[in-house]
Amino acid sequence: MGVNVIDRRLNPSGKSLPNRQRFIRLAKTAIKDAVVRSIRERALGDVESKEVVNIPMKRIAEPRLRHSSQGGDHDQVLPGNKEFVRGDTLPKPKSGEGGKGSKGSPDGEGEDDFSFTLSREEYLDVLFEELELPDLAKIRFKDAAVVKWHRAGHSPSGNPTNLNLIRTMRHSLARRICLGRPKPEALAALDGEIAELEALETRSAADQARLGERLQARRQLAAKARRVAYIDPVDLRYNRFEPRPEPTAQAVMFCLMDVSGSMTEDMKDLAKRFFLLLHLFLARQYERVEVVFIRHTSEAKEVDEQTFFNSRETGGTVVSSALAEMRRVIEARYPIQDWNIYAAQASDGDNYSSDSAKCRQLLSEEILPLCQYFAYVEVYDPRQAEIFMSSLNVSELWKDYAAAAEQRPNFAMKRVFNKSDVFPVFHQLFAKTRMAA
Amino acid sequence: MGELLFETGEWNFDTLKRTYDAIEQIAVGEMGLDPYPNQIELISSEQMLDAYSSIGMPIFYHHWSFGKRFARDEAMYRKGYSGLAYEIVINSNPCISYIMEENTMTMQTLVMAHAAFGHNHFFKNNYLFKEQTDASGILDYLNFAKSYISRCEERHGIDAVERILDAGHALMDQGVNRYGRRARPSLAEEQSRLEARERHLQDSYNDLWRTLPTPRGKRGEAPAGDPGESARGAPHLPEENLLYFLEKFSPRLKSWERELLRIVRNVAQYFFPQRQTKVMNEGCATFVHYKIMTRLHELGKISDGAMLEFLASHTSVVFQPDFDDPRYSGLNPYALGFEMMCDIERVATNPTEEDRRYLPEIAGCGDALGALKTAWANYRDDSFIAQFLSPQLMRKMKLFKLENRAKESHYKIAAIHDERGYTEVRRALAAQYDPGARDPNIQVTAADLAGDRKLQLTHYLHNDVPLAEQEAKTVLGYVADLWGFGVELRGLGPDDVRRYSFELGAERKAAAPAPEPEPVAYGDHVF
Repeated sequence: MGVNVIDRRLNPSGKSLPNRQRFIRLAKTAIKDAVVRSIRERALGDVESKEVVNIPMKRIAEPRLRHSSQGGDHDQVLPGNKEFVRGDTLPKPKSGEGGKGSKGSPDGEGEDDFSFTLSREEYLDVLFEELELPDLAKIRFKDAAVVKWHRAGHSPSGNPTNLNLIRTMRHSLARRICLGRPKPEALAALDGEIAELEALETRSAADQARLGERLQARRQLAAKARRVAYIDPVDLRYNRFEPRPEPTAQAVMFCLMDVSGSMTEDMKDLAKRFFLLLHLFLARQYERVEVVFIRHTSEAKEVDEQTFFNSRETGGTVVSSALAEMRRVIEARYPIQDWNIYAAQASDGDNYSSDSAKCRQLLSEEILPLCQYFAYVEVYDPRQAEIFMSSLNVSELWKDYAAAAEQRPNFAMKRVFNKSDVFPVFHQLFAKTRMAA
Repeated sequence: MGELLFETGEWNFDTLKRTYDAIEQIAVGEMGLDPYPNQIELISSEQMLDAYSSIGMPIFYHHWSFGKRFARDEAMYRKGYSGLAYEIVINSNPCISYIMEENTMTMQTLVMAHAAFGHNHFFKNNYLFKEQTDASGILDYLNFAKSYISRCEERHGIDAVERILDAGHALMDQGVNRYGRRARPSLAEEQSRLEARERHLQDSYNDLWRTLPTPRGKRGEAPAGDPGESARGAPHLPEENLLYFLEKFSPRLKSWERELLRIVRNVAQYFFPQRQTKVMNEGCATFVHYKIMTRLHELGKISDGAMLEFLASHTSVVFQPDFDDPRYSGLNPYALGFEMMCDIERVATNPTEEDRRYLPEIAGCGDALGALKTAWANYRDDSFIAQFLSPQLMRKMKLFKLENRAKESHYKIAAIHDERGYTEVRRALAAQYDPGARDPNIQVTAADLAGDRKLQLTHYLHNDVPLAEQEAKTVLGYVADLWGFGVELRGLGPDDVRRYSFELGAERKAAAPAPEPEPVAYGDHVF
């Protein structure tokens, strides 16, 4: 009864992945709630990290028919008696009340939340479910800068690591058969015969002749075996790889923000949340996403992330300056045939009235044709929310942009009043069945 | 003296094989155990977590509840709240033991002795496993079940499959046959019986009977108040296997849905003996590994260091905290089982006067292993304790019986480990492991197939313990869903007095369009 030891460690793990997917599917609504709640509440920095979600146990309970722990007579045997003797009595803990008191209580069934960790992928899947990037494929396959190596048959020359052993041995075998390379067994048989003959005390003439003949044959075979090598360089075959241009998708995301004095910290925070979501979303769709931060007052400047979100500027507001800066950056660094260009602009809607026309013209004639998608969010201080809630009461910039929006399908605009709006607004902007904004 | 099997904690396949052979030498050669052939599989901790989630089976169908279990186990493990088992062993032929790569060689030795010989011997020889499980067919069956269920998912959608599986899982505890049934007749027997019956009909044919008026149907005469009467059409009521009943007689289920219920039921049945033999099974395996390790050490095949490592692990496994210890969470089956096995060995070889009075069958018989093997083969937890728990062990573990009566305002110490209490403590402990008392006794008592098709379940209360109410109502919802019509669950006390009654109407289902009629396999008792 020999033992069979099998090494299963190399078997793929994650056998219960389908179970996990079914579980997430079942608890989807609960998970989605939890994820959306978390995007509102958690600190901005760790949106990308893993997410622990709590699901109400009720949704995923596995009920059974079992005895209640209360009511009725429960005798039990316990170990470790110290001082009890037969007949001792102990007071019951208070909750037990005795008698038929169990009716009211929910039988102590655990109603705790079930908490578990979503991986980053799963988290983002849930977060961006049903969202899509508009016009994703526009430039995607034109770009051929990156190559990928593909298998492309075999070649007689190559790198030793690419040696194809099976092909090589097949050629070797064919060549050996064709050229009649003596088999080791044949040589061994001859050797045996020779040794036998040589071992004879006395050899007859016939034996002597046979011995000579065998020795001769042995020499010939050995010579032939030397001439016809076991493996010859002509046998060698290598796996061949061929470079093929690989379509890649890369995106650049422009974050434009008004940092003039009228933008409060709260408003900037809303804008930042929006930018962050957009960045996460793009990073999932594209292998490479670059971010360009442009902030503007009366003039615009490209800055790094830190400055973009943190430093304050004072001054007036000329929105067209940001658009002009964006155009300059695109021309300088992001040729449109190679890059998918996305832009998100956040502003409180203030603009010099004299800039209005220029702004409109710049947007609809120069920027929008370059962009895959341009999203404009107008942020409001929560305190102003009530005043501006009405769709009639809109800012100057909103009016200008609304005109552009009508002509261009790749432009959308939304208003954000408080933190909890950010995700829904984002969702509306990128929902699969996007309504013309 | 022998050579050490291994010197360090590192293991490799050579040492594993060599050690296995040494263990086998002792287990089979010296102790005379009779295991299935062994197959030992090495897995990583991640795969162990995977195995956990599918109740330890190497193949299992997919269901969200396993994903939930996996998420919970993984979280517990990652946070360090709970370790992983060193092994998982499967009641199959050949017997598959999973051992973890993280174990040291000492632990691998322990695990092989424990699982591949202890549990394995128990699986092969215990009567419950022999009667109720099919060790050589289980993996094939699970393979079938998995592919069948995934085919159903493709054809009918995950939701439709989950609906049935959720309901089936909720009724798993009520989906087993508690008693062995007589063997099904073979095809040949079946045919000869049929022929005999036909011959009898022909022999006793008398044309006169044809002229008699047909008797009135019994159903019409039945008193209207008795719901049991109308269910005569469905044979064999009461039926305690709810899943079986629903599978065979539910008017609304489609045939693939019946097959799913059957799969759940067969899995439940396969695991049923394990639930009834936890103490014995673990006790047997622990005793076997203890004997084997000690013997290996005696033979000089494992070092003192390895022996100490083994003992440290062994003692923590068989540790039993006292009832007032914060670590107490019930009787540890490993502790109780191991103590009882050692105790039987002592009674068989070195009995006291007292043992001769309490355990006359085995006291002083001299053949400890023989007595143990008989016990392992022919008992389950409750009968094993009732038969073999000795006064000396009760004193050692200081067992006492706590009486908790609903009527009383106080707990009462009913019996302790003294001359007056031995029998009572033993009886109470045995009852604690009695599946008849542990699982609620719920039976199908009536199904009005001719009338409004209401299904009546009856819970016969034991010691007046009610069901966990919220849960019971949810499960009743599942039953109603499977049955397709109204369901009532009533609780009856010992005096046949109704204690409670939940009822679930059929409105929910009645609104749904009636499915095409599907032939119901009446009288089909395939199991």
